[in-house]
Amino acid sequence: MAKRRGIEVSIAIAEAARQADVDVVSAYPITPQTHIVEHLAQLVADGVLDANYITVESEHTAMSACVGASAAGARVFTSTSSQGLALMNEIVYLASSLRTPVVMALANRSLSGPISIWNDHSDVMNERDTGWISIFANNGQEAYDLTLMAFRIGEDRRVMLPVMINFDGFILTHVIEPIYIFDDEEIAGFIPPFEPIYRLDPDNPVTMGPVGVPDVYTEAKKQQEVAIRESRPVIDEVFEEFAQRYGRRYRAVETYRTEDAEVVLLAQGSVIEAAEVAVDHLREQGKKVGAVELRLWRPFPFKDLKEALCGNTIKQVVVLDRCISFGGQAGPVMSEVRSALYHEPKRPMVVGVVAGLGGRDIPLSDYVKMFEIGEECLRTGKEPGEEPELVKIVGLRE
Amino acid sequence: MVEIRFHGRGGQGAVTSAELLAQAAIEEGRYAQAFPAFGAERRGAPVLAFTRISDEAIKLRTGVYEPDVVLILDTSLVQSVPVMGGLKEGGLVVLNSKKGPGVWKRELGREDVSVASVDATGIALKELGVPITNVIMLGALLKATPLVVTETLEGFIAQRFPRIAEKEIRAFRKAYEEARVE
Repeated sequence: MAKRRGIEVSIAIAEAARQADVDVVSAYPITPQTHIVEHLAQLVADGVLDANYITVESEHTAMSACVGASAAGARVFTSTSSQGLALMNEIVYLASSLRTPVVMALANRSLSGPISIWNDHSDVMNERDTGWISIFANNGQEAYDLTLMAFRIGEDRRVMLPVMINFDGFILTHVIEPIYIFDDEEIAGFIPPFEPIYRLDPDNPVTMGPVGVPDVYTEAKKQQEVAIRESRPVIDEVFEEFAQRYGRRYRAVETYRTEDAEVVLLAQGSVIEAAEVAVDHLREQGKKVGAVELRLWRPFPFKDLKEALCGNTIKQVVVLDRCISFGGQAGPVMSEVRSALYHEPKRPMVVGVVAGLGGRDIPLSDYVKMFEIGEECLRTGKEPGEEPELVKIVGLRE
Repeated sequence: MVEIRFHGRGGQGAVTSAELLAQAAIEEGRYAQAFPAFGAERRGAPVLAFTRISDEAIKLRTGVYEPDVVLILDTSLVQSVPVMGGLKEGGLVVLNSKKGPGVWKRELGREDVSVASVDATGIALKELGVPITNVIMLGALLKATPLVVTETLEGFIAQRFPRIAEKEIRAFRKAYEEARVE
């Protein structure tokens, strides 16, 4: 039986990695880091977890060690944040290209400068096109559950891709809250041993990551694109099996009170629960509002999103981005959501807002403001302001 | 839902207080969150920590702006930090002080609130030999408002401080007995 514990979310995520019986952990233990790798280092040092904890001199090397270990057939886990992930970037791209199913717990935090260690989604959005499967958790339970599922998804022979689980830095990582932690026996059967298709083995040598001359590079990238698209049925399968076994169901796109909604707020991560509180509050005033969570970021859930937003009562979507696309359209989530709906014959209007940058708190009143922006768009048929393309920041001091 | 704001200085253990309280509430089957105000951590600097306790799942992850309870580990903060900021009408203030609750009510300028005070530093120096008052102040808090059962909290105190569990629990109980509430 799973035990309900008051536990720091970071420690719960580290426990998930232990229960997945990882072989190798490599991480760089300096700011920005969390208790995740500290706890794992302790477990390895205490002999509780039989794994190699590879200490390194930088995040770039941490991911290099992860890719190498995964290529040799090890189950690999790492965790990072903000600048650490930015420094890893070169090898993050290699992990997916080499089809090494590393699992990364990513405590989402801002990028400098000015120097900031606080929460937003700048770090993950910087990695959007690196070819990793990318999933968002909105509370501690989800971060724990999804970390466990990440090994199943990534290591499936039909997938063989790295997976990053996103959860808000500080807002989740530093919080103690109730989380159901499985008994080891209860979860053991859910994650079978990692059996790679190819592995680095001196007795049976293979080459990984050779030069991709123009004659083959395009085909290699096409294969990678096919691979991440074809991971989707596996992701659904794993979500379904988890629901069957343990009773908690995860979906690529989640909806809240959208049945007869006209204006919905779409977001990712821990803000979605606060948005739901705002929805309840506005519903009491008779407003037809709802919330939509884009849980699966890559592969992008086109079909699910269209089903959630098109051909129903929804007339206006407000997309909350936790990161700015400088000189572009609000943030990456808004521009992707809007373009994904472009060819739909009956589609809602989409407006983007940015909030919660670098740890700026988003009080309930700001969620109400976001819905008001949506209502104004709906009423006037256009985005507010003289230059509608300008990024609209909610919670900005002026 | 009850929201509690802890005021302390870096090193005094305000975050630990917030965490122990949340763990006890969760153990009793309720929902709770404990979290620090996220800033640069350094010894002596003003520190904030928060606990939310509710009978229902807590979806709110915003800051605490209108607490029901303010707990002040170090009264030197009263001069420099807006410790009473947003405290609800009829709320509760718990202070580490030799001065009685009546005096504090006047000094804080809030006659509507309840005040609990205890000489936590005195108890800490006597029982622990160091002026760390985080666990002790929880004794005064629970006397003023029984947010959790004292035995549940004592279980987590013992878990957190295995080597000095007995001393910490004795100091905690003493604060519970000695705290004055008005």
